Amino acid sequence: MSDQRPDPDELLRRVQEQEERERRAKLKIFFGASAGVGKTYAMLVEAHERRRAGVDVVVGVAETHGRTETGALLEGLEVLTPRAIEYRGATLREFDLDAALARRPGLLLLDELAHTNAPGSRHAKRWLDAEELLDAGIDVYTTLNVQHVERLYDVVAQITGVAVREIVPDSILERADEIELVDLPPDDLLQRLREGKVYMPELAGRAMENFFRKGNLIALRELALRVTAERVDQQMESYRRDHAIRDTWAVGGRILVGLGEPVAGLRLIRAARRMAERLQAEWLVVHVETPGEFGPSDATRDHIVDLMGYAEELGAETAMLSGPRVADQLLAYARERNASRILVGKPTRPRWLSAIRGSLVDTLVRGSGDIDVHIVSGEADEEEDRRTLATRADVPSLRASNYAWSAAAVAAANVLAWLVHAYVTPANLVMIYLLGVMAVAARLGRGPAILASVLSVATFDFFFVPPYLAFRVSDTQYILTFAVMLAVALVISTMASRLRQQAEAARQRERRAAALYRLSRELSGLRGVQELLEAAVRRVADHVGGRAVALMPDGSGKVALAAGDGSLLGAGGHDLGVAQWCFDHGQAAGLGTPTLPAAAALFVPLRGSRAAVGVLGVVPTPSRRALTRDQLRLVEAFGDQVALSVERAQLAEQAERAHVLIESERMRSTLLSSVSHDLRTPLSVSTGAASSLLAGGAPLPAATREELIETIAEEAQRLNRLVGNLLDMTRLESGAMPVKKDWHSLEEVVGAALARLEPRLQGRELSVRLPPGTPLVQVDDVLVEQVIFNLVENAVKYTPPASPIQITATVGDGALRIEVADRGPGLPAGEEENVFEKFVRVRREGDPSGVGLGLSICRSIVAAHGGRIHAANREGGGAVFVLTLPQEGEPPAIAPEDEAPTLPDPREAPR
Amino acid sequence: MSDADSPEPGSPAEPPAPATPAPLALIVEDERAMVRFLRAALSSHGFRVAEAATGEEALRQAATRAPDVVVLDLGLPDLDGLEVTRRLREWSQVPIVVVSARGRESDKIRALDAGADDYVTKPFGVGELMARVRVALRHAAGAAPEAGETAIAVGELRVDRLRRQVFVGEREVRLTPIEYRLLVALSQFPGRVLTHEQLLRQVWGPGYTHQHHYLRVYMAQLRHKIESEPSRPRYLLTEPGVGYRLRGA
Repeated sequence: MSDQRPDPDELLRRVQEQEERERRAKLKIFFGASAGVGKTYAMLVEAHERRRAGVDVVVGVAETHGRTETGALLEGLEVLTPRAIEYRGATLREFDLDAALARRPGLLLLDELAHTNAPGSRHAKRWLDAEELLDAGIDVYTTLNVQHVERLYDVVAQITGVAVREIVPDSILERADEIELVDLPPDDLLQRLREGKVYMPELAGRAMENFFRKGNLIALRELALRVTAERVDQQMESYRRDHAIRDTWAVGGRILVGLGEPVAGLRLIRAARRMAERLQAEWLVVHVETPGEFGPSDATRDHIVDLMGYAEELGAETAMLSGPRVADQLLAYARERNASRILVGKPTRPRWLSAIRGSLVDTLVRGSGDIDVHIVSGEADEEEDRRTLATRADVPSLRASNYAWSAAAVAAANVLAWLVHAYVTPANLVMIYLLGVMAVAARLGRGPAILASVLSVATFDFFFVPPYLAFRVSDTQYILTFAVMLAVALVISTMASRLRQQAEAARQRERRAAALYRLSRELSGLRGVQELLEAAVRRVADHVGGRAVALMPDGSGKVALAAGDGSLLGAGGHDLGVAQWCFDHGQAAGLGTPTLPAAAALFVPLRGSRAAVGVLGVVPTPSRRALTRDQLRLVEAFGDQVALSVERAQLAEQAERAHVLIESERMRSTLLSSVSHDLRTPLSVSTGAASSLLAGGAPLPAATREELIETIAEEAQRLNRLVGNLLDMTRLESGAMPVKKDWHSLEEVVGAALARLEPRLQGRELSVRLPPGTPLVQVDDVLVEQVIFNLVENAVKYTPPASPIQITATVGDGALRIEVADRGPGLPAGEEENVFEKFVRVRREGDPSGVGLGLSICRSIVAAHGGRIHAANREGGGAVFVLTLPQEGEPPAIAPEDEAPTLPDPREAPR
Repeated sequence: MSDADSPEPGSPAEPPAPATPAPLALIVEDERAMVRFLRAALSSHGFRVAEAATGEEALRQAATRAPDVVVLDLGLPDLDGLEVTRRLREWSQVPIVVVSARGRESDKIRALDAGADDYVTKPFGVGELMARVRVALRHAAGAAPEAGETAIAVGELRVDRLRRQVFVGEREVRLTPIEYRLLVALSQFPGRVLTHEQLLRQVWGPGYTHQHHYLRVYMAQLRHKIESEPSRPRYLLTEPGVGYRLRGA
């Protein structure tokens, strides 16, 4: 880093780390140079001490390998029963993670951190178990040998000549709160070995013998000591940093790793990692995609992406750059990110090619200025990389047919040249060949184009350069022609194929961006969570290849299938547990991940702003083919997009629910206040009247008694209407009063309402105008009768007794229209719609009281018929209420009856 | 009731003559207040009163005391009022007037179809209840229509079944055969409700019980011939959702 001030981000990060460290569970590693130094023993001894100090200690796994003094230490400690796992006929005994999590001890002993779990366990590696335990807040003691440490892998392999399969990432070492070195001098160890006190688990036979040579042991011990020392150093460093001892501020700066072409592989990354560690520096790993001749094959590309992912796991920041020249891009990015060192692999390109095209290292060094350029030795050991990373070995196909086409193109050029060679000079014939080469390059790629170049020169010489039909040349000036022709053809082929690849790369990026864009567009148009998930599942399946499912949690946090084909979750929802883990931990799990890799599907969490909102599962086709890191990124990007949308939809639903709640709360309070007033008034009036009648004392005059009795009857009627309206409203709103449409005589419906109103009309002038011929109309007679009743009653109530009321009905244009008009005071301006609201009454001085449900009942009934109702003021005074009910189809036919005279036919005699 | 429609001698519809025992009304109702009101109303109109608070009790009382009329609330604690009607009708032709709430039209239809004679809708006045009870009693008494009188008059409407003539006031109204049969069906017992299906069966035959629109069209035609203001009928009254009745006397 060029500036030496503490980076505020850096400080913040450290503070956060500190906080996290204090909050989370503690990890202690008993670290040794090799098996047999007494790590397990030391761990158990300390466990006993902790137990005596009152800590709840449980032994998850302790490999005593039959050593009696170690076994004796298990006395007095609670030991978890291992889980039996059937694997290929054998029963393996594995650490039971679930039991440990359920038991929740304060401290758990987990021997052999580097152990690989039996297939079928939740995690592939024991160190992942340890991480989960720590995340669950359980302290862990564990043991580890130096040869299993990731960053020392190469070194150990070099020293001992034995490749170790079981590797523990450096990150877990860093996470350890304490590393205790368990040391034993090599001579003592060898002594113990001879006495048969050491069990060598993962090494057998000669390998074991080789491993335990004294030289090896010394080297391993040194490594172990060095790791421990580095760690102590780091602690010192960080102590100084935390205490703002500025003059020793780390000056490591950033390291930029150019993961170039050809792939220098893991060695480069591991070297960078070691350097970054040593220098206390951040490190960036970039790959520069060149659209040129080294444009990557799909397999190479996958490989690079996998390497980048690996680097990320080791703590690097990664980036993909693209540009025509690797060196320029690397330097530019190094300057942009203020990197002080660039690491690249040793060039493996043949010297002659470097001489022509210039070598990456040369260009880098020349343009580096104040940036140091480091070259890491090491062959491009792709085979080894593949094994470690478990990438798929996609062999790039040579596409033999492309070469055949290339040869055919040259043949065609020859035919064309033959046709015209009599008319043009040989120098111009060359152009025809160049045209052919260009076509091949543009369509078939670089390899076929080179073939075409060479073939072109050869056939040109053979057919058109004297001596004809021979590969010899009589005129030496043709040598120049050939050389230029070959050079031009090669350049053309390179440029054309580079263009092609650039276009292809651009198309790919375009496709990915377009896929995301389409998804986000589609999702933004959807409202419900369910619809969102269905759409997401479809899109993911389209773009990743394969099938997808979405799972959502229920109230208790258990995920269940929400969209997609449930059979993808394995027989009996076998993979549901994997999805659950993914949801609980907010991390990808299943196929192709370190966690539960035996699952058929890959599960990525839908990460919302607070926690996972669901899980997206992908089953690739063909099955069991893990997704490339690229596809995984796409799936994760999809997941994030979906999560955002789902969260948005959930928030919207919540808001909607809250709104409805508020609305119904408001309604309830309005109802309470109106009803309590309107129920109490008639009750108190009748109670008062009745008590006057019952009261002893002076007898009431007959007229007064009569008046009181009438009052009671009237108030009871009023109460009856109110209760009737409330019940109707409730029935309508609860759907207990379904609309039963039938063909009714309009006259009859109106007549029924008027008959019921008769006592209230009291001789009021009321005219009814109905369409001629008494047509049948399609209504629910009981409900529409209620509407007419309410409208007329409303008119009677709010208009002066002498004013006329008019009912007019018309049928036509597929609708029945009924108007109830009065000549009263009319509606106040702006209240024309409000009158239909519940509990709304247009209050004016001297108006009768009432809850104001009548008109809203009308509106509900009309709406249930699919019609509309509105109110307006009439010209010349008064209000008019108009309802329109849609009419469908024709009334049913009636068999005609002959217009016969009433009398004759004696058979018509009544029953 | 009009003069022309005067009851037979000894009809219980009129205040009973001192010599004959007062008719017995069975009140089937579980609400104490309603029972009190019904008892007061019926006894003040010359009925003796028996009471039952449950369906089972009602059936027992009907068997032992042989009431002249049953006033039955449809909402009972044990048996459905409808069930009581059905069981009563298995062995008794006692007139039944059902008491029901508004908005329960389908209950009323079921009760009427099960054999109840009429219904009143809560809340109701004494006048309305007594009119229904009287009509029901008359129906029971005149259960043999062939013996009944040949002319029926309600207000200005007069149906002469012997001559098959219909008059409104002095004006003779010419009806089609179906209109006539419809009017006759309604006028057999003025004031008594008939459900749509009962009318359809009587006038058109059993195959037409679901053709309600036939009934509506002919009822409209009939009104236009008989009523002075068909949209505010005086004689042919509609019971929305239930059926029709000819105005009682």
